[in-house]
Amino acid sequence: MLGWGVDRLRADMSRLLAILFHQGVLDEQFLQLQQLQDESSPNFVSEVVNIYFHESEKLFTKSQGPTCKTDGYCDCRLDREFSDYKKMGIHLNQFMGSSSSIGANRVRNVCVAFRAASEQNNRAGCLRALELLEHEYCYLKNKLHELFQMEQQRVLAAGARYPLQQQQQQQH
Amino acid sequence: MTVEQGIVDSNIDQFPIGMRVLAVDDDPTCLLLLETLLRRCQYNVTTTGQAITALNMLRENKNNFDVVISDVHMPDMDGFKLLELVGLEMDLPVIMLSANGDPKLVMKGITHGACDYLLKPVRIEELKNIWQHVIRRRKCDNKDRNSSDNRDKPNQGSSEATPDQKLNKKRKDQNEDEDEDRDENENENEDPATQKKARVVWSVELHRKFVAAVNQLGIDKAVPKKILDLMNVEKLTRENVASHLQKYRLYLKRISTVANQQANMVAALGSSDASYLQMNSMSGLGLHNLAGSGQFHNTPFRSLPSSGMLSRLNSPAVLGIRGLPSPGVIRLGHVQSAPHSANGLSHFQTVGHPGNNGNILQGMPMSLELDQIQSNKGVNYVRELPTHLDDTASFPISSGSTDMKIIAGSSNSPFVGVSNKPLMLEGHGQGLQDGQKFGNQSSLAAGALDPGYSSHFPDHGRCNDNWSNAVQSNGVQSNSFTLNDCFKQSTLHPSSIRDSMSAMALQSRNNHCDVSSISTLPIHLQDSKADLQCQVAAVSRDAGQIINNGPLGWDDHRQDDPYHTNGISNSINSAIPNGNGSLIGRSLDNMISQRTRSFSSTGQSNFIDTSLMKHNEVESSAMETLVRSKDGYLMGQQKPQDSYVSNNFGSLEDFVSVMVKQEQDKVKLPEGDLGSCGYSLWTCI
Repeated sequence: MLGWGVDRLRADMSRLLAILFHQGVLDEQFLQLQQLQDESSPNFVSEVVNIYFHESEKLFTKSQGPTCKTDGYCDCRLDREFSDYKKMGIHLNQFMGSSSSIGANRVRNVCVAFRAASEQNNRAGCLRALELLEHEYCYLKNKLHELFQMEQQRVLAAGARYPLQQQQQQQH
Repeated sequence: MTVEQGIVDSNIDQFPIGMRVLAVDDDPTCLLLLETLLRRCQYNVTTTGQAITALNMLRENKNNFDVVISDVHMPDMDGFKLLELVGLEMDLPVIMLSANGDPKLVMKGITHGACDYLLKPVRIEELKNIWQHVIRRRKCDNKDRNSSDNRDKPNQGSSEATPDQKLNKKRKDQNEDEDEDRDENENENEDPATQKKARVVWSVELHRKFVAAVNQLGIDKAVPKKILDLMNVEKLTRENVASHLQKYRLYLKRISTVANQQANMVAALGSSDASYLQMNSMSGLGLHNLAGSGQFHNTPFRSLPSSGMLSRLNSPAVLGIRGLPSPGVIRLGHVQSAPHSANGLSHFQTVGHPGNNGNILQGMPMSLELDQIQSNKGVNYVRELPTHLDDTASFPISSGSTDMKIIAGSSNSPFVGVSNKPLMLEGHGQGLQDGQKFGNQSSLAAGALDPGYSSHFPDHGRCNDNWSNAVQSNGVQSNSFTLNDCFKQSTLHPSSIRDSMSAMALQSRNNHCDVSSISTLPIHLQDSKADLQCQVAAVSRDAGQIINNGPLGWDDHRQDDPYHTNGISNSINSAIPNGNGSLIGRSLDNMISQRTRSFSSTGQSNFIDTSLMKHNEVESSAMETLVRSKDGYLMGQQKPQDSYVSNNFGSLEDFVSVMVKQEQDKVKLPEGDLGSCGYSLWTCI
């Protein structure tokens, strides 16, 4: 019963990962992360990804200032938000770097578009890109959290299995 | 000591395993990843998130590390600055790391002396190869030091032979030699190979004397013994001088080679981009030189720096400068007095007399024909630049002449610009930070350094932010602000703006880049920009034409339409007020999800054209095309979204794909005029 749960979890995880790769949310860099995870650093991927989310939250707050969700076309607010393209560019650059480092492909692509827009002082473009960026980032975050939860469950389930096996062995 | 040596030996035995790497990156994600990757390569890794910490660690004991990997953009210190300092003080190989692969940044890294420039995400395969930089550096250093042993002859030409011999040595031998040589380079004459001591630090003073001695003797006849006698410095050994001389010669050689290469590269590129690059690197170099000259010149040379620095404009020499100057500390404090270029230059020949910039060309010294060649080249290059900038007529005059003067003025001292570093801007910054005289330096920066400085301003916009260089940034900022006012006051009429700009250019001797940047995308003029954009949007909506986002007024003065994509974004701009703001986000989402990059190639031009038309038409046709072109994948992706997606689909997709493509093709933008210059400037930020 438990064994079946583990397998199912594993299958679910694989499927989720496959979907994410297919959608382009993740790319081969994520695979590299997974390869770096081994006995010496068993939680490497989740560690890195959590750091990434932690830092990115900060970035989002920094680069935006008060979020302008309702009316994106209010010039005065736009000025305040994007008054400093340079700073925005810096944060954006960092975000792009960390996103690409963990394999967040779609997020990185939006960053690229965002950067291009900001370089052209295209405020509307920046706004759109920012919106899109938030969307992508949220999506990524949700999916990865899902993935890690499944992983945790799988580990728990696998751990629970072993005592059973040991008992069985002892009985034999 | 023996323990240290033991450690070193064991490291050498297993090299590259156990190579000691210092990784610096302010982004914890990347830092952790980098650390893990490096450990996977079996290196000995130390990490820090702060450049300053890294610098302290290195200063504590430079022998603790073999190589440094550093991010380019860091909050507490610019990566290039760190690069410069490490190269100067510790002479360690530094590898730059960045998410931004812009060729200009890469070039900047190279000119600042980086051994390599990696792009994020960094892969383990690349990291597995970084040990080559350590070996290469050791080889070069060995060459320098070993040849110094054979230097005790009047004929200096034979020194070239020895490096070849050394090249054949095995790595181990080289390392052993390196240890010995290091010992020899001690200030005190101790038995070689007993202890490892710090190398001689070629301070500004020391190097100045060295250079003076060399000049006095004549570069061809300069013998370490005689130089030593002339310098008359205690505790300096002939070996020290010899090795320094060797590096100096290498430096001179590199200058000429680099200048040639640079010339070739520019010729190859041929476009304004190239000249812009040249300009960039030149100015960067110019800045370098300023720093360098500041470093190596004493009082009489003080004035040199500004011009010296600028002079470097023409000789991208800095590329290889690292070899020459033993890590002296940049004493920019010396670089204080007024920006009269000539001084230092003529110094070499005569006792410093603040000649005019114009004179310098004649007073140029150096039996180094390289200089003259370089200066010519430099002048030519700079000349070429203005021609590409067909924007303001006055610009070429002002900046051109300034550049010319400066170039002419400074091309002399090739060896001045030693510290392959960075923008003097940064050097200055450091000097400023060290509490040197702000006022003078700022004026120096704002005044004499215009061409070099300003052109780098956009590059170092961030740099300025990071630095506490209030003065410097003020210097330039003031220019831009005045321009801003000018801009605001004037109407959108191109000629008037241009006139005002040129007036500004003439008056403030603003550097051409500044002007150009303003004429295209005024970085500083964001407020007025906003107005422009709004108007643009309104106009575009009504007229249904493509209007450039940026330089509205410049349209008719442009031949190409470099901001073609801006037109698209403008149409989006106008599309937005029509509603569907959130839809755009969603549809953009769809588009992105389809791997925009691959997308961008598909019928992009079609979309661009259609986006000109009314939105509905555009969107439906665009969507149809999209749907058709993308198999069922597109549809699959779209399904979750509502039907509204179709509305702005086409234009949004254009926008994103164009943006991405533009990002990719940045360097290839067609404009051969000011537009590209300004745009390129932007991309440097």
